[in-house]
Amino acid sequence: MEWEPVIGLEIHAQLATRTKIFSGASTAYGAEPNTQACAVDLGLPGVLPVLNEQAVRFAVRLGLALDAEVAGRSVFARKNYFYPDLPKGYQISQYELPVVGTGHLDIDLEDGTTKRIGVTRAHLEEDAGKSLHEGFEAMTGIDLNRAGTPLLEIVSEPDLRSAKEAVAYMKKLHSLVRYLGICDGNMQEGSFRCDANVSVRPKGESGFGTRAELKNLNSFRFVERAINHEIERQIELIEDGGEVVQETRLYDADKNETRSMRTKEEANDYRYFPDPDLLPLEVTRSLIEEIRGELPELPDAKKARFEADYGLPAYDAGVLTASRELADYYEATVTAADGEAKLAANWVMGELSGALNKAGLDITDSPVSAADLGGLLCRINDETISGKIAKDVFEAMWNGEGDADTVIESKGLKQVTDTGAIEAMVDEAIAANPTQLEQYRAGKTKLLGFFVGQVMKASGGKANPQQVNEILRRKLDG
Amino acid sequence: MHEYSITELAAGLERGDFTSRELTGHYLERIRRHDGTLNSFISVTEEAALARAEAADARRARGEAGPLTGVPIAHKDIFCTDGVRTSCGSRMLDNFIAPYDAHVVERLDEAGAVMLGKTNMDEFAMGSSNETSFYGPVSNPWDTAAVPGGSSGGSAAAVAARLTPAATGTDTGGSIRQPASMCGISGLKPTYGRVSRYGMVAFASSLDQGGPMARSAEDLAVLLGAMAGFDHRDSTSVQREVPDYRATLGDDIRGLRIGLPAEYFGEGLDAGVRAAIDEAVAALRAEGAEITEVSLPNTHLAVPVYYVIAPAEASSNLSRFDGVRFGYRCEDPRGLEDLYTRSRGEGFGDEVKRRIMVGTYALSAGYYDAYYLKAQQVRRMIRDDFTRAFEDVDVILGPVAPTPAFDIGEKADDPVQMYLSDIYTLAVNLAGLPGLSVPAGFANGRPVGMQLIGNYFDEARLLNVGHRFQQATDWHTRAPGDFA
Repeated sequence: MEWEPVIGLEIHAQLATRTKIFSGASTAYGAEPNTQACAVDLGLPGVLPVLNEQAVRFAVRLGLALDAEVAGRSVFARKNYFYPDLPKGYQISQYELPVVGTGHLDIDLEDGTTKRIGVTRAHLEEDAGKSLHEGFEAMTGIDLNRAGTPLLEIVSEPDLRSAKEAVAYMKKLHSLVRYLGICDGNMQEGSFRCDANVSVRPKGESGFGTRAELKNLNSFRFVERAINHEIERQIELIEDGGEVVQETRLYDADKNETRSMRTKEEANDYRYFPDPDLLPLEVTRSLIEEIRGELPELPDAKKARFEADYGLPAYDAGVLTASRELADYYEATVTAADGEAKLAANWVMGELSGALNKAGLDITDSPVSAADLGGLLCRINDETISGKIAKDVFEAMWNGEGDADTVIESKGLKQVTDTGAIEAMVDEAIAANPTQLEQYRAGKTKLLGFFVGQVMKASGGKANPQQVNEILRRKLDG
Repeated sequence: MHEYSITELAAGLERGDFTSRELTGHYLERIRRHDGTLNSFISVTEEAALARAEAADARRARGEAGPLTGVPIAHKDIFCTDGVRTSCGSRMLDNFIAPYDAHVVERLDEAGAVMLGKTNMDEFAMGSSNETSFYGPVSNPWDTAAVPGGSSGGSAAAVAARLTPAATGTDTGGSIRQPASMCGISGLKPTYGRVSRYGMVAFASSLDQGGPMARSAEDLAVLLGAMAGFDHRDSTSVQREVPDYRATLGDDIRGLRIGLPAEYFGEGLDAGVRAAIDEAVAALRAEGAEITEVSLPNTHLAVPVYYVIAPAEASSNLSRFDGVRFGYRCEDPRGLEDLYTRSRGEGFGDEVKRRIMVGTYALSAGYYDAYYLKAQQVRRMIRDDFTRAFEDVDVILGPVAPTPAFDIGEKADDPVQMYLSDIYTLAVNLAGLPGLSVPAGFANGRPVGMQLIGNYFDEARLLNVGHRFQQATDWHTRAPGDFA
């Protein structure tokens, strides 16, 4: 039988607010344990939560970007359960009335088509602290620095049909939250985390199979692997006559397997009820419009503009708009390169991205600025250097040897375009290789390349290749 | 000195009749002498009080005195006090010292009040007799065999016995008004949101409200003026100007429409209480008030609604007492589950555990709609009763409690009978309205309180009516003989 996977994702994006969602403590990552937890985060008696307005604005931004309904009135609820890193014994979240309602996100599939994925809701909540099981003999350490960090939980419809689609959705959302400036997207630090609900059904059926929830998927690669593994597990189970049980499974990246954490029967009764310490959250039309006015150009619009304004192929436009920083870099490069859009695209996606990847650097940390890269492209464009020499210049620029003009000057890499000089080198090459000349003239014309190589070598790569070709052909054929 | 009102104390301090150091020393001496009998204080902060009194004297000498500068006060042990234990009447917090002051404590500090100590209370404010305290029951100064009421029983007893001129209390279902009534003092539960809940250990967040307890409406006006006001740390605190409550105390009440709810004078009301209230009504009529009857038809639902909502919120509010970060922790836990169950099992008393269980049940999947959600719907009906009544009257008047103070131990084993002693006060919390209790006589030798219920933020009018009543009567000046 042919099976169809059905996947929905719950993504937790940590909002990039300076302070926590219900207290004034800092959200900065990496501080000494428990140094960024105030009385409210510690859940001391008598203290009360006060909502961080910035977190609300960030949630509204996402709502608008997903073309979703932003609720005029939403409600914070308490999700009650005991755990040592949950100081109050309840998590403040949104349950029945979330701040962001139904919306959607379009993803690009590998076959070049676009698929619309429904977003069910997005709600604000606070993060818990961390339990540290290592380094404490027979005890558990509790770090409450993370307690109260604002999260936006974004829940998709079960519209995804493969692990690849799930990853494409997750990447698109990752790009979007970073465009919006609402989340730093740092997956190592847990700023962008994913749980996946996975089920399978016979292809063609419209009902859903029983789902399992996969937890702890903290990289794109793990999402793909864990989902694929879970799909296989479920299919095998059903084909062997078994039944999928509704449960929560934890993904173990080391073993590339999922294992059961708890079944539906063991699930907590969270006893949700509206938090009486917080008034219902009111978001006015005028606030929504104010925030709409502050929205940056979003990835889809930017991609369309790159295709139209720069004449880029869809693929290039997609790559270059994957992050706001890369897109900004690209546009700055084009400007500095006097509008050489395609050349700039090739260099940003090729040489620069390659070097960044190799060095493990972000575009924002590039040692070569967009202005300098643009400067280099100008020198290619005005034929001061060839494309090949440009790669050497780029390397020197990467190593901090100055901008393109400085490197070209100091290394004497200026292209030779003096026809007389080139002719002399051509004559020399022909004279030095009589055998090849004979063969060429006997019809083995692909030896042209050999002669071009000889001339370029003699010029130290600096001769204008077009002129070399031209003159060689004239002299060889002559 | 201990017979003076707050206004008189402030005047005496200003004239130099006595210093705050002397006044504070006098009250501390009275506490030493009498509190062995009453048990109204959990902590007495003698040294800090004397130091603050000296600072208050210095402030007054510099001409910077406010209305409460140098006036002693006691705080219910539910208000967090920086550096001083806040037990909430529970073994769970017997070792808890907050690193912050409650907003109410801050405000009264700023106004110059001198804290004498922290008063006894029912554990986590859950009780109507002060018998659930980990620190033992409090005796009623009028009859030491009787309870002082609860949960602010320590505050009420201390004020009644002249161990402090004033105290703070909290009122979730009557916990200021009922003990005020039973101890023959005045107590005000403000409108929900009028006084910040920051730093007040939560029992039921949508019902809790702090307020003043003192001997007269006039004193309450001074205290409320200092306590009330917006606090950005409490999202339910209301941004609204605080009126000068003293300015309108003496206003004429001729033509004031006072409504008597038939439901507050029915079955279960003690005849002696009824007689005292009837007499009080006559006194107000003599002052020119128009007395009419009103109806609050859903009154009988207040007890069941309250005993779903308050425990539900409490079950969640008290989850933080888990033995992990502060408070009581059991000896040698054998794992997490054991740490939780024994810390909570040993740290909480029976009444608290009962309410946590009731509340947990009411919020559970499958029961939520039938209990919590239904209770919230009925709560709106109760509030609507008052809204309708206030279309016809300015103030609603009735008894505070159906009986005067009962004996210690009399109802301790019968939670339902105990819960019924708040039958006239619970609805006010459910609706979020202000309620005032003033002494109105005696029944069987024990004090009886009259309750005045106002519309939202109408505290000034309640205090005005209470003050006019106290100008016409002298119940509030009576002191229990053994503590005169």
